[in-house]
Amino acid sequence: MTGTGPSAPSTGRSERDGVSPEEAAAVGHRSPPRFLRVAEYHARLYRRVWRGTLVSTILGPILYLVAMGVGVGTLIDDSPTADLGVPYVQFVAPGMMAAAAMQTAVAQSLYPVLASVKWIRTAYGLIATPLRPIDIAIGLQAWLVVQLLAAATVFLAVAGVAGAVRSPLAVLAPFAAALGGLAYSAGGAAWAVSRESEQSFQPILRLGILPSFLLSGTFFPVSQLPAALEALAVVTPLWHSVSLVRGLTAGTLGGAAAAGHVAVLVAYVAVGLAAGARAYERRLHP
Amino acid sequence: MADDEGRPEPVVRATGLGKRYGDFTAVDGIDFEIRPGEAFGFLGPNGAGKSSTMRMVGCVSPRTAGHLEVFGLDPSVDGSTIRARLGVVPQDDTLDIGLNVRENLIVYARFFGIARAEAARRADELLDFIQLGDRARDPVEPLSGGMKRRLTIARALVNRPDLVLLDEPTTGLDPQARHLLWERLYRLKQRGATLVLTTHYMDEAEQLCDRLVIMDGGRIADEGSPRQLIERHCPRDVVELRFTDGDRLAEAATTMAGAGHHIEPLPDRLLVYADDGERVVDQVEAVGVHPTGSLVRRSTLEDVFLRLTGRSLVEA
Ligand SMILES: Nc1ncnc2c1ncn2[C@@H]1O[C@H](COP(=O)(O)OP(=O)(O)OP(=O)(O)O)[C@@H](O)[C@H]1O
Ligand SMILES: [Mg+2]
Repeated sequence: MTGTGPSAPSTGRSERDGVSPEEAAAVGHRSPPRFLRVAEYHARLYRRVWRGTLVSTILGPILYLVAMGVGVGTLIDDSPTADLGVPYVQFVAPGMMAAAAMQTAVAQSLYPVLASVKWIRTAYGLIATPLRPIDIAIGLQAWLVVQLLAAATVFLAVAGVAGAVRSPLAVLAPFAAALGGLAYSAGGAAWAVSRESEQSFQPILRLGILPSFLLSGTFFPVSQLPAALEALAVVTPLWHSVSLVRGLTAGTLGGAAAAGHVAVLVAYVAVGLAAGARAYERRLHP
Repeated sequence: MADDEGRPEPVVRATGLGKRYGDFTAVDGIDFEIRPGEAFGFLGPNGAGKSSTMRMVGCVSPRTAGHLEVFGLDPSVDGSTIRARLGVVPQDDTLDIGLNVRENLIVYARFFGIARAEAARRADELLDFIQLGDRARDPVEPLSGGMKRRLTIARALVNRPDLVLLDEPTTGLDPQARHLLWERLYRLKQRGATLVLTTHYMDEAEQLCDRLVIMDGGRIADEGSPRQLIERHCPRDVVELRFTDGDRLAEAATTMAGAGHHIEPLPDRLLVYADDGERVVDQVEAVGVHPTGSLVRRSTLEDVFLRLTGRSLVEA
C-alpha cells in the first residue's frame, strides 16, 4: 500500500482523477514490498561492481581452502599426534565458509552504510520516496542474504570437489553461513549508520573481527585455547555459525545443538535489526 | 474536498509548526497554507529554517511542535503515503554516482513501486523534458552542476507528483539553465502540480511564486504575493545616490532627512525610498547635495527582503 494508486485522495491534479489502466498497473498494484525495492536497488548497484568483489568474497576463501586444507592439511593429517578425527580439509572448509560470510557481511555493512548517509548521501534520496528508514535497513540485509548465500554456495561446490563434504545435510550449510553473516551485518549497519566518521571501524576490525576469524574455531577447535579465551570465543556469532556449518557438512549435527546455535544467531540478528530500526530512523528522519 | 466557501482544501496546512534540534530551535511556530495548483515560496537568509520546514513538509523530519497536514494527512502517521505523491528536490544533490543517468531515474521510479517497463518509459520521457536525452547512458559524476540539478529535478517527477518541493532548485546554475528550469516548472504548474520552492534569487521568486513567505530566525516575517509584499513594505521607487566620500555621504544623509519615506545610508550609497523618485532627484539638486551618481529604479522584492531581514550577516 503506497498511496500512489488511483484510490488515493486527489488534491492537486485533475489528471489523476482519470487514471488510465496502464497507470493503475504501473503504480501500486503489483509493486513489491518496500524493503524488496531496496534490495533490488542494491542488486542493481552490485551488477556494476560484482567483478571487483569476486576476489574478496569467492576467490579469497577458496585460496584459503586450498592453502589450509590441502597444504597445511597434509602436514597435520600425517602427524601422529593429530586427533581431529577427520582429515583437516573437512575440518577447515566449513570454518572458512562461515568466516568468509562474516567478512563479507562486515565489509558490506560498515563503510558502504556510512558512505550512504555521510559521504555520497544516497540514502537521503531513498527516503524522499515511500521508503521508510526501516525499509532501507531491512532491504540492505535482505540483499546481503542473497549475496552471502550465493558466495557460500559456490564455496560449498568447491569444498565438495576438494572432498571436504561428507553429508547431504551440507546443502543447508550456506543458509547457516548466511545467518552467521547476518548476525554481524545487522548490528554492523546499525553501528555504521549512526557514526560521523569511520574512525571506530579500524578498532572493531582489528580487535573484534580479526581475532574472531583466527580464534573462533575456524582453523582449530576452541578447546585448544586457554579457558578464558575459549569462554570469549564461544559467545561470538562466528563460533556458532562455524559449529553449525561444520555439523552440517560432516553430518554430525544434533538437533539440540542445532537449535541452540540457531537461537543464538537469531538473537544476534534480532538485536542488530532492532538497533538498526532505531539508528536508521534517527539518522534519516532527524 | 472543499470548505464552506467552495475553496479547495489546502495541500499543506501548518499551524504553530516548530522544529527543534536538541536545544536549538530552527523553526519557531509558523503558520501557512499552500493551495492546490499554486507556486509557493519560502524566502529567508541562511539558517532561517527554510530547509527544515521543507523537510517537515516532505515527511522526512518529524515536527517537534504544532500541527501539519499534507494532502489532509498527518506526516507522523501517513508519511509513506504522502511521500508517494511528492516530488522532492533536496538542497544538496543525492544522485547515485554508481548508476548512469537513465538508471538513476529508473531506480527511483522502482522505489515508488512503478513497474519496470513503465519506469523505463518515464525515464526516457523525463530525459527529453530536461534535455539530457543524449547523456542517458553516461555516468553521473562527470555531469556539470547544472546538468546534475536538472537530473535531480527529473528524478523528483518520476512518480508524477501532485506536490513538488524544490529546495534552492537553481542555485549554481547558469542563466540558460535557470531559464530552462523556470520554463519547465511553469509547465509543471500548468499541468496542475503544486510547487513549493525556496530560493535566494529574488527575481526567481518574483517570476515563479504566486505567494511567498519571508522567514527569519525560524519565524515568518511576512506573507503575500510578490506584488503585495512590495506594496506593503516599500514605496514605488528607490533612488540610489552614490558618493565616493563617506563624510559627504553622512552630510547628505542629514541634509536629506525627511525626503521620501525613508532613507537608508550604506557605505557607498544613500537609498531614498519614495513614491516618486524623479521628484527626489529634483530635491537633491535643490538642496545642493551633489552625489557622484544617481539612479531611480522600481522597488523590488529584494528591497522588501532586506528591509524585513536586515542587511547585516549576523546570524539569528
Ligand atoms: N539536522 C540538524 N541538526 C542540527 N541543527 C540543524 C539541522 N538541520 C538544520 N539545523 C540548523 O537549523 C537552522 C536552520 O537550518 P535550515 O537548513 O533549515 O536553514 P535554511 O533556511 O535552509 O538555510 P540555507 O539558506 O542556508 O539553506 C540552522 O541554524 C541549522 O544549523
Ligand atoms: Mg536550506
